Formats: sequence, C-alpha cells, structure tokens
Amino acid sequence: MTTSQPDAGGHFGPYGGRYVPEVLMAPLEELEQTYLEARLDPAFQAELDQLLHTYAGRPTPLYYARRLSEQLGGAKLYIKREDLLHTGAHKINNCLGQALLARRMGKRRIIAETGAGQHGVATATVCALFGLECVVYMGEEDMRRQRLNVFRMRLLGAKVVGVSNGSRTLKDAISEAMRDWVTNVGTTHYLLGSALGSHPYPLMVRDFHKVIGEEARRQIQEVEGRLPDTIFACVGGGSNAIGIFHAFLDDAAVKLVGVEAGGSGTALGQHAARFSGGSPGVLQGARSYLLQDENGQISLTHSVSAGLDYALVGPEHAWLHDNGRAEYVSIADREALDAARQLSRTEGIIPALESAHAVAEAVKRAPEARGRVFLVNLSGRGDKDIDIYREQMGDLED
Amino acid sequence: MPGTRISRMFADLKRDGRKALIAYITVGDPSPDRTPALVEALERGGADLIELGVPFSDPIADGPVIQRAGERALAAGTTLRGVLAIAAEIRERSQIPLLLFTYLNPVVRYGVEELARDAAAAGIDGCLLTDASVEEAGEYVDVMRRHALDTVFLAAPTSTERRLKLIAKYSTGFVYLVSRTGVTGERESLSASAVPLIKAVRKVTDLPLAVGFGVSKKEHVSELGREAEAVVVGSAIVRLIEGNAGNASLELQLESFVRELKSGFGAGRT
Repeated sequence: MTTSQPDAGGHFGPYGGRYVPEVLMAPLEELEQTYLEARLDPAFQAELDQLLHTYAGRPTPLYYARRLSEQLGGAKLYIKREDLLHTGAHKINNCLGQALLARRMGKRRIIAETGAGQHGVATATVCALFGLECVVYMGEEDMRRQRLNVFRMRLLGAKVVGVSNGSRTLKDAISEAMRDWVTNVGTTHYLLGSALGSHPYPLMVRDFHKVIGEEARRQIQEVEGRLPDTIFACVGGGSNAIGIFHAFLDDAAVKLVGVEAGGSGTALGQHAARFSGGSPGVLQGARSYLLQDENGQISLTHSVSAGLDYALVGPEHAWLHDNGRAEYVSIADREALDAARQLSRTEGIIPALESAHAVAEAVKRAPEARGRVFLVNLSGRGDKDIDIYREQMGDLED
Repeated sequence: MPGTRISRMFADLKRDGRKALIAYITVGDPSPDRTPALVEALERGGADLIELGVPFSDPIADGPVIQRAGERALAAGTTLRGVLAIAAEIRERSQIPLLLFTYLNPVVRYGVEELARDAAAAGIDGCLLTDASVEEAGEYVDVMRRHALDTVFLAAPTSTERRLKLIAKYSTGFVYLVSRTGVTGERESLSASAVPLIKAVRKVTDLPLAVGFGVSKKEHVSELGREAEAVVVGSAIVRLIEGNAGNASLELQLESFVRELKSGFGAGRT
C-alpha cells in the first residue's frame, strides 16, 4: 500500500501536492516529465550508479557499534555510515541525480537552499563536477552557525547569498530560492535538498536516497541473517529518513522511528517537533504537518542543529505518521549533544548534530531492548559542527 | 442583478467603453485601523476594485516591498479574521468590489467553508489564492461557488495552453495575468511577455482580463489598457504607504497617485 504512493498528482494520502504560484507550475511539470523519463532510462541510471560508486563512495559501510552496544547493555546497534560519503553526508546522492536531470533539461544555472550547509556543499560540489553555475541561499543565522561550510561552498566556486528575512534560517532560505526560481525559471534548475516542496520533489528526492535503505537491507541480512527490529533516522525535511525507511516499508515487523528536533523546550518557537507541536497546513509548495500559530502564520523554530530547524516536515512522513507505519519522536538539544559525545568516545565517530538526534533515540531505547537489532542512519559527519560542539561542551576546553 | 459586484463592475465598464484600475493594498499596513481610510482614498482616486492583501509570514511570491508591508501588518496584529472585520467596515460605506488576496495557509487554518461564509457576510466578492494551483483547488472552488464568491486564478507567461484552459475554467469574475516571471514589484518598463500572454488567454476565455506585476506608472497603465480590461497596481501603492505612513497627507497622496495612474487609460475616463 505505502509503496504505491504518491499518486499522479504527487499526493501521499492528503499530503504533498503542488501549492506554488502559477509561474512555477510549468517548470514543475517539465521536471516531472524529465524525471519520469529518466527513471526508465537505463543509461541515466547507469551513469548515476557509476557516479555514486566512483565519485560519492557508495556503497557505504554498515558498521556494528560493538563498544556502544556493550556499554548500553541491550540492543545491538548497527550504524549506516552515510557520513563517509564524499562531502560528508547523504545529500550528495540527491545532488548527483538532480544535476544529471538539470543537464538533461539543458539548464546551466543551479540554485539551492541550505540549512546546515551540507546540501549547499553537496550542490556546490556537483556544480563544480558538471561545470554549472551555482547560487546557494542560506539564512544569516545558519551562516554564522556553519561558517566552515560557507567557506567550503565558496572554495568550490559557488556564490553564497545570505538571507536576512524572518528567522534567517532554512525556511527563509527556501523562500528566497523560490523567489529566484520564479524570476529565472527559464534558465535555472532549483536543486531542492530535502523530500519537501511540490511534486515531483518529494518523490524524486526519496528515489535518489532510497539506495541507503536498499544497501542497508542487504547488508544487515548478510551479517545478522535477518532484518533489523527498529530503524532510527533524524527528520528535518526528512530525506535521509525516507531514504533508509523506504526499502523497509513493506516489512511490517520493522519499526521505523523518525526523530525530530525537540530543541530547548516544548513551547512554540523552542523546537522543530512538527508532529507533536504542529498541525496540517501548506508551506513552500506542499501540504504537510507544520508549526503555525492559531492564525495560520508559520512559527519560528529552534534547534541546536541547523539541518533540523525547519517548520514543515516532508509530506511522505506526514502520511507515514497518519497511517501508523512510522513513529515520530523528538530529542532535545541537550540529549543530542550528549549522544554525540558518547558516540565519539565509544566508537571514534563524531556525528553531525542532526544525526546525533537519531543516535540519542537509539541510545535511549537500547538498554531495554536486549536481543534486538537496531539500525541507525548516521546521515552526516560532525566536522561542520565543531564550532557548536566547542560552544556547547565548555568542559572540554582549556 | 446576477453575479458579484466584480462581474457587474466589468459589465458596466464594458458598456461604457472604459477600463478598470485595480488597487492592491496589504491590509493592516501600517496598522489595521488605518486600512479603511486608505481604501476610501484609493476609491476616491478612481480605483474600481480593491485587492485586500492578507499578510503572511512566508510570502514566496512577493518582492521586498510587499514583504515588508506584510511584516509591518503582522507586527501590528493583523489576522485573517481581522481582515474580514475591516472588509465589513469598508462595506458599510462603499460598494466597491473587494477581492481577498491571500496565501493558502491562513485559509486552511481558518477553514475554507468558514472563510467563504464569513467573507460573504463581510461583503467580500471573491478570492485569489497566490499559491494554490488549479489542480489543488477543486474543493475550494465548489465552496466559494456555494457562497456566491468569485474565484480568480493567476495565469503566467510560463503557463501552457492546457493550463490556461484550466485556469479559465476555474476562474470567475476575471483572470489575473502575471505580466512577467518573477516576484511582485515595480519595474521601469513592462515585460515583452505581457501582450502575448493577453492574446493567449483571450483565446481560451471571454472573462475580463486584468494584468499586474511590475505596473507602477501612468504609461504602463496606458499601454496595458489598450489590450486588457483592467490593470493592477500593487507595490507602487504599498511603497507610497511605506514612505508616508507617518504623514498626515498620506490619504491625499494615495488619492492623487491613483488618479494619475488612472489617467493613463485616456481622457474623460476617471
């Protein structure tokens, strides 16, 4: 049932769809047409597979976290190492796919939004690889939090445009990228970085990331001879989560757990927990759960992790939530930071703050789950977060 | 007489061989209590229809001028419910057609059925949703029809013929043509895409056509008025409000600005 989603209009149950100004309907239709043709074209898939293998570094390892598992004394924790991909996160999967589509459409200018900067870096990287012009919109607050990634994008030849509207984070960067696209629609492809926005983005981005779950499914069967009991992934827009969930949707015994940002508190504005704190609405092209006030104005969000700091969740997650196939929980800033430290010290892996939210939920549940097999999607590595870790872990400084 | 104030207005103008000037205003900018007087000034200057813009936190289709107006209106406490109350206040003194101009999410939150009921009761004549494609608008159109409200949709230079037909099919009152790709905002000269778009839409509908985006001066009104039934001015009005909010002569300035724009349609047509 779930794998037949979305319908032809891009709806996952009541969610998804196309909610954009009329100017953008034609390019969305063009993109959809191009993607649906490419999806059936063996040459397209072969080129993408080759790039994923030789350039991005797929397949990524599935790693048994023995010391962490033993310390927790319960479930066996396996980690899907998307953090080992080129550019340091899963984002490159989608960027390579969309860059091939842009080339197919003859569009030489790429725009993108970025929160933590991982998608911006991956976009700048593929633009360098394909010789495309690249403009990345980034909230000024995120530029401050993720200075290293700003510089990486510039080093790769991208133009980074600071966005000073609203909360100066991911939501505002998306709005600004959409305004650019509305204006330069003839020459420009909008390389959206998460399973968000209007159809075909949620479908297409999911498809480009579903390789994560396909590999993990094979790998866990090789080492454990069975499927995992529970899979954990962090959910901002939700691209890494839908990527690892998708291959398991029809395996009813496998629990899927999406972890949102619990931020610093439960009041509106202190977190990005769309399921517990939000309600269905329409933002930036799609209908889904979002954080809003009683008048339908979009709320500010907070998370220590820029990549989870967004008011709307991807529409397929809204559908998986409502039909009960996946469970969504939230992890507070503090818990994520503690999990990052624990993973660093037990396994020698410094996770991205986003991914640390998924680790934290698995760590929480592991002690009570003896005999169970857990799979955590480690969507990114922590290099970009070193400034924040330093700020937040004062006890480690001289 | 059948139809809304919008279709009656266009029928009257057509009979007299005249064109309509449509004025956009962000409701609640600079504050909700000032909007009725600003609308009255626009009407005195010769505006034939008022678009009541509902401020939204994330206005993806708007340029900086209307973005800032929305921020001011929200900071002043404007809500969709408040916009309806202001419309009712305007309606007590005026019969000018009123079109609600809004992003979708405040409407979803309010409830489409509840909004249609309350908008009709407030004397609003129709609604335009900036970010709802015709594909997603079936239920909304049905509800608006039941409450005898017009549904105006946008047509763009990028719209294919197939889409223009759908837009024409779901629109009542008039069709709003976006003269160029891009966000709202004034421009020095009009886009070359405006006239071809007017001709393309004309082929698929008999509805009156209004052209907007980038219109800021009399010459633009004059040029577009030769081809379309109506011309929309938005950002230029909002900028005037922004620059003169604290000025006692704001209403007078608005009135004379609209009069000046309207003179673009030709002599004796105020």
